[in-house]
Amino acid sequence: MAGNEPSARPRAPHLQVYKWGPAMAVSILHRASGDGLAIAGVGLFLWWLGAIAAGPEAYAAFVACIWHDPSPEITLFHQITNILGKVVLVGLTWAFFQHLFSGLRHFVLDTGAGYELKSNKLWSTVVIAAGVFATAATWLYIMAEAL
Amino acid sequence: MGDGTHLGKVRGLGSSGHGSQHWLQQRLTALGNILLVGFFVVSLIRLPLGDHAAVLRWAADPMVALALILMVVSVFWHLRLGLTVLIEDYVHGPMLLLATVLLNFYAIGGAAYGIFTIARIALTPVVAGPGGM
Repeated sequence: MAGNEPSARPRAPHLQVYKWGPAMAVSILHRASGDGLAIAGVGLFLWWLGAIAAGPEAYAAFVACIWHDPSPEITLFHQITNILGKVVLVGLTWAFFQHLFSGLRHFVLDTGAGYELKSNKLWSTVVIAAGVFATAATWLYIMAEAL
Repeated sequence: MGDGTHLGKVRGLGSSGHGSQHWLQQRLTALGNILLVGFFVVSLIRLPLGDHAAVLRWAADPMVALALILMVVSVFWHLRLGLTVLIEDYVHGPMLLLATVLLNFYAIGGAAYGIFTIARIALTPVVAGPGGM
């Protein structure tokens, strides 16, 4: 099996022949959100931990980079990273809730329940909606606290 | 290695024999993540994150430090399992080995850095401020 020669054996159709549905979306979102958390989320967490351990100046530099640089002569680099940081944090919040709710759905599916077409579609839709709703609620709470 | 042909066994094809172990560990670390990352996210929302002294006081608390170390173990274990499946699905040929090795460096190195840093925060003596003890 070199892998390239044409085979006479029947082949299973790949994803593109199927009509998109919520169950497919929630499946790929589970993978995407998990990978985002594993790489960007964990990376940011380790950076934050290192900044706490390194002392007040290092921590202030971390906050100035990813959240808000209070300096009057703020660099263009920090202007960009201040916006990027907030986008990443909102994205990670969404990835956390999406992966959490989708993971809970997997625990239910593991029991053998929820595979009927209608309930599968319903709960996939609920998971996606709940992820967006929880993200919005969290940031509304954070902004209300900050005021 | 299953009951494939002898050639298949030599080539390492077929079931690894560790599928149910992977599945179970993914579920068990997922349960750990619900508790520990849940605690962490609620703490983040409640903490004054711009205040280094307050964040340090929180992270240096023995119970918090213990929970954070457990979270690092659970999260890195879980992400190693998840990213292994991602790599196996999308990376083929000789790059598969390289990607798997890099993932293990990331998982073990990242976890070691995280645990060491939490221990460093928790075990560093608090320096008394001026006029303090």
